[in-house]
Amino acid sequence: MSVERGGWRVRALKLWIPLGAFMVFTLFPFYWMAVTSIKPNSELYNRKIMPMIVYHPTLKHYVDLLTETNFLVWTWNTFLVAVVSTAISLVFGTMLAYPLARMKFAGSALISFAVAATYLVPQPLLFIPLADIINQLHLGDTLTSVMLTYPTLLVPFCAWLLMGYFRSVPVELEDAARIDGATRLQTIFKVFLPLCVPGFISAGIFAFTLSQNEFLYALIFLTQTDVRTVPVGAIAELVKGDVFYWGQLMAAALLGSVPVAVIYSFFVEHYVAGLTAGAVKQ
Amino acid sequence: MVGPPILFLCALVGYPFLYGIWLSLEDRPVAHAGTFVGLANFVADAQDPVFWRVTINTFVYTFFATILKMVGGLGLALTMNQNFRGKNIIRALMLLPFIVPTVLSTIAWMWMLDPGFSVINWLLKYSGLADPGPSWLGNPTLAMISLIIVNVWRGLPFYGITLLAGLQTISPDLYEAATIDGASTWHRFIYVTLPLLKPVIFIVTMFSIIFTFADFQLVYVLTRGGPANATHLFATYAFDIAMGGGQLGMGASVALAMLPPLALIIIAMSIYMKPNKS
Repeated sequence: MSVERGGWRVRALKLWIPLGAFMVFTLFPFYWMAVTSIKPNSELYNRKIMPMIVYHPTLKHYVDLLTETNFLVWTWNTFLVAVVSTAISLVFGTMLAYPLARMKFAGSALISFAVAATYLVPQPLLFIPLADIINQLHLGDTLTSVMLTYPTLLVPFCAWLLMGYFRSVPVELEDAARIDGATRLQTIFKVFLPLCVPGFISAGIFAFTLSQNEFLYALIFLTQTDVRTVPVGAIAELVKGDVFYWGQLMAAALLGSVPVAVIYSFFVEHYVAGLTAGAVKQ
Repeated sequence: MVGPPILFLCALVGYPFLYGIWLSLEDRPVAHAGTFVGLANFVADAQDPVFWRVTINTFVYTFFATILKMVGGLGLALTMNQNFRGKNIIRALMLLPFIVPTVLSTIAWMWMLDPGFSVINWLLKYSGLADPGPSWLGNPTLAMISLIIVNVWRGLPFYGITLLAGLQTISPDLYEAATIDGASTWHRFIYVTLPLLKPVIFIVTMFSIIFTFADFQLVYVLTRGGPANATHLFATYAFDIAMGGGQLGMGASVALAMLPPLALIIIAMSIYMKPNKS
């Protein structure tokens, strides 16, 4: 479809109008988040004025959020948990993916089936028994509880994505290194893994955003304010009974989204590659 | 080398899964020892009208959300598959709903659907469509519709961007050949695009069904299953029974009710996704 016929009218109908509609639908909630977070309460709860714009912007909600709640502690917890679970998942994912991609051994078909199945098991199927297990291990209200359980969601995905990536690296490079006298481990660390850095970035970004996003396990395992993550803290502590602190909630939602959005913006291409890896074989 | 990760997954996925089945066969109040009751929990579920309401809700939610995401995602992919300036930036922005932590974006939706200060109702009022606007989360049908819309909002980018990647693997030669043979735009879509996109649509749809069927966050934040259980899904109902009511055994049985339909999809997908095939 290189030649567009019909000029700008057709182009508007086929491209700009639908694209504009999709953009408004997609981005309006973010605009609304931002606008609400800088409105003073007098405008927030005034039905008489036009709500789309801010008349007297204020940073009060942000200041309150940072000084009156544990938001910074939650942010730090979220970040720490995401980094640790991502690291564990990449290491375990590699340990699974490399043998499956490169070696022939009994049971490899079964293992790759099990990894795929584990990836698809949704959390709600596991959270009740896991809650009991975490209790029995006395890990409730510790960040360890989520650092241990998040990788269960991430390892299968990382293994599976990396497996595809590992297969795309030519075996000949490793064979050459082996012929030159390198041991198997040397070959893996000096030749093979450096070639796979883009794969690690894809898997890492994906794992990181998923950890930041996780809610169910954090909600159940973390009930004390000083160990909470941002999503759980916002829901549990910025809503007091029937009272919603909308300004603060929106400020929290926006600030809580920033770390993910920033990291994502640096690695969009890797993220898209990871996202589409499963469905599209290129 | 595969030992440690396999052990890890067995301990924290395999064991909890089996333990969950065991729990569902017990009468097990939280912090007390359980007593084995056989299938009594499942019998109780079958006699619980709320359980059946939840079953219907889950299927309705999954069905409509998936269809809308599929159609909308295909539309988005076809729109984005044209040449225009700023495509990469727009694609990056389009993915935001999928990137941003769901709970946080759902809070924004909750505010947009607020009974007193809904911006959607403000728009309805000033465009003369409805005054006052409806109570989005207070009416059973509207609450379900609201949930489906928010789910579509969140899942549409995944559909759209994945299908777009699929579209880009289709060789332009095929379109050229079809055009030379006299195929119209519509025929090119039906006979070239759709058949070649089918595997991608299949995988994305299966993913979407699994995670919509087992959705928890959206409902928990937006409605907590209300009004009057009209939006409870399996996951939120199981949560209420197990964590709110402290009945781990009953809760586990409700969660396990998700297993038969999910297992079919998961097994089919795992066989399909086996990378050895590619």
